[in-house]
Amino acid sequence: MARPADVSRADSHRAVEAVWRIESARLIAGLARIVRDLGLAEELAQDALVAALEQWPESGVPDRPGAWLMATAKHRAIDALRRRARLERKQQELGRELQAEQEQAPDPAAGLDDDIGDDLLRLMFTTCHPVLSTDARVALTLRLLGGLTTEEIARAFLVPEATVAQRIVRAKRSLAEARVPFEAPTPAERSARLASVLEVVYLVFNEGYSATAGDDWVRPALCEDALRLGRILAELVPDEPEVHGLVALMEIQASRLRARTGPAGEPILLLDQDRGRWDHLLVRRGLAALARAETLGRPLGPYTLQAEIAACHARARAPDETDWTRIVALYDALAQLAPSPVVELNRAVAVSMAFGPAAGLELVDALVDGGSLDGYHLLPSVRADFLVKLGRHAEARAELEHAASLARNTRERELLLGRLEAQPMSLDRS
Amino acid sequence: MRVMVLVKANEDSEAGVMPDEQLLTEMGAFNEELVKAGVMLAGEGLRPSSKGARVRFAGGKKSVIDGPFTEAKELIAGYWLWEVKSLDEAIEWLKRAPFEETEVELRPVFEVDDFGAELTPELREQDERLRAQVAARQ
Repeated sequence: MARPADVSRADSHRAVEAVWRIESARLIAGLARIVRDLGLAEELAQDALVAALEQWPESGVPDRPGAWLMATAKHRAIDALRRRARLERKQQELGRELQAEQEQAPDPAAGLDDDIGDDLLRLMFTTCHPVLSTDARVALTLRLLGGLTTEEIARAFLVPEATVAQRIVRAKRSLAEARVPFEAPTPAERSARLASVLEVVYLVFNEGYSATAGDDWVRPALCEDALRLGRILAELVPDEPEVHGLVALMEIQASRLRARTGPAGEPILLLDQDRGRWDHLLVRRGLAALARAETLGRPLGPYTLQAEIAACHARARAPDETDWTRIVALYDALAQLAPSPVVELNRAVAVSMAFGPAAGLELVDALVDGGSLDGYHLLPSVRADFLVKLGRHAEARAELEHAASLARNTRERELLLGRLEAQPMSLDRS
Repeated sequence: MRVMVLVKANEDSEAGVMPDEQLLTEMGAFNEELVKAGVMLAGEGLRPSSKGARVRFAGGKKSVIDGPFTEAKELIAGYWLWEVKSLDEAIEWLKRAPFEETEVELRPVFEVDDFGAELTPELREQDERLRAQVAARQ
C-alpha cells in the first residue's frame, strides 16, 4: 500500500526522530564550533528539532533535512550571540567591549561547509575530555554523539533518569568552567586524548557485552551503540591503528553475542559456544579491521593485541583447533604493554590450555597472593576450573561458592551455582 | 537492528547496462556517507538474472532453471545490509540514495528477541537442540 511520504502527523513525527538520530551529532558538532559552547550548541540543536516537529508535519520533511536543521539552528545561534553581546554591553557599558567580542566571535555563517568530520572529531575529543569523570564522559558521548535520549542512557546503565540528566548538566558545566576549547588536541596530547576516547567507547561496549549488574547478562543495544561510535571513529582517524584494533575487537566479540546466551538467558562460555551461531559477517568485518590496523605498520597496541587474541578464537573452527600457544604469546605481549591483574588472569587461562592446568594454577595462585583481584568473582571461578581439571573437587567447590558470593550479575551467579551443583561431593583424586 | 535494503531490478540492470559515471559517483558518495555514519555493514550489486539460476523444489524434487527471468520488477539488482536504530532511520537514509526511477524495499532482519513470547524457553531450547544436531552432523 502506497503512502505519500510524510503525510500523516505520526509518520512525520517518527521521521523527525529518525532524522535527529542521523543528524544530531553533526548538527551539535557544527554548532559547537560556531558558538564555542557545548551546552549552548545542544540547546540550539534542540530548538531546531522542536521547530522541525512543529513545521514538518505541515510542510513535509525537506529534501535536505540536515541542512534545514543547521540553517534553523544557525539563525538561533546568531540571535543568541547578539543577545549575549547586548548583555555584555549592558553589564560593561562599553561599546569597545562589544566590538572586541564581535571580533573574537567567529562569523556564524562562515565555515558551515567545513569538513564535518573535523567537527565530529572535536566533539568526540570534547565529550571524552579528561576533566570529566568516566561516568560523565560516557553519558555525554552517548547523548551527543550516539543520539541517545537521557532516558535511553538511564535504562541502559540501570540508573535513574534524573541521575543521568544531572551527570550531563554537570559535565557541560565542568567543560565550560574548565574553559575546555572546542578543538582537537595538540599533537603532544593527541595519543593520551585518543586513548580516553577509545576507553569510553570500549566501556560502553563492555557494559552491553557483559553487564556488570542487573538481571540480563547482555544488553546488545549498548554493544550496537559502541560499535557504531567505533566505526564512525575509524573513518574519522583512519591512520590510527588502535582505533581499528578496537573496532576489530568489538566486531569479533559482538559476533558471539547470539551464541553466548542460552535459551533461558544464561551465559554460555566461549569454548562451549555453538560456533555455527557466531555472526560470521561480524567476524569477517573484525578480521578486516584487524588487517587495517596491522597494515599501518606500527607496533601493536593493547586493543589490537586483544583483537588478535579474539581473532585466534574466531579463526578456530572448533575449540580444539585453537592456537593456544599463540594466544599465550599475545597475552605475554599484552602483559608487557598494559600490565594488569585481569590480563594475568586471562594469561593463566591460556597457559592452562596450552601447557596444562597445573601451570595455570601456579599463575593464578600468584595472583591470589598478590591480592589485587580480591573481590573479583572470576579469580575463584578460574581457580575452580583448574582445580576441577586437576581432580581437586573439594577445593573447587569452595572456590565456586566463593565466586558465586562475589558475582554481581544474577545470570553469572546462577552459572557459578550450576557448576557448583555439578561437582561430585567427595571424589577427590588428590 | 539490521535492515536489508533490496534494490529492485529494471530493464537496464537486467540488460547488463552499467550505471553512468554520474550515478556511480553519486552512489560512491552515498556509500561513503553510510560508512562514515557507521551504518553500512555490507552491500553488493548483483549481475543480471541472465547470469543466474534458480532451483525449484516441488514435492521433494529439485529442478534447475537457468536465467534470465522475466518480471524485472520482482528481481533484485543489489542489496545493502544496514545497522540502524529503527526502520524509520533506514527510511531516512534510503531517501538520500541517488536513485531516480526504481523501487527499493526495506526488510528488518529477524532478531532472537523478535520472537518474544512466541518463542517460549521450551521452543527456544528445541531450536537450540536442533541447531546443535545439525552442527554435529556437519
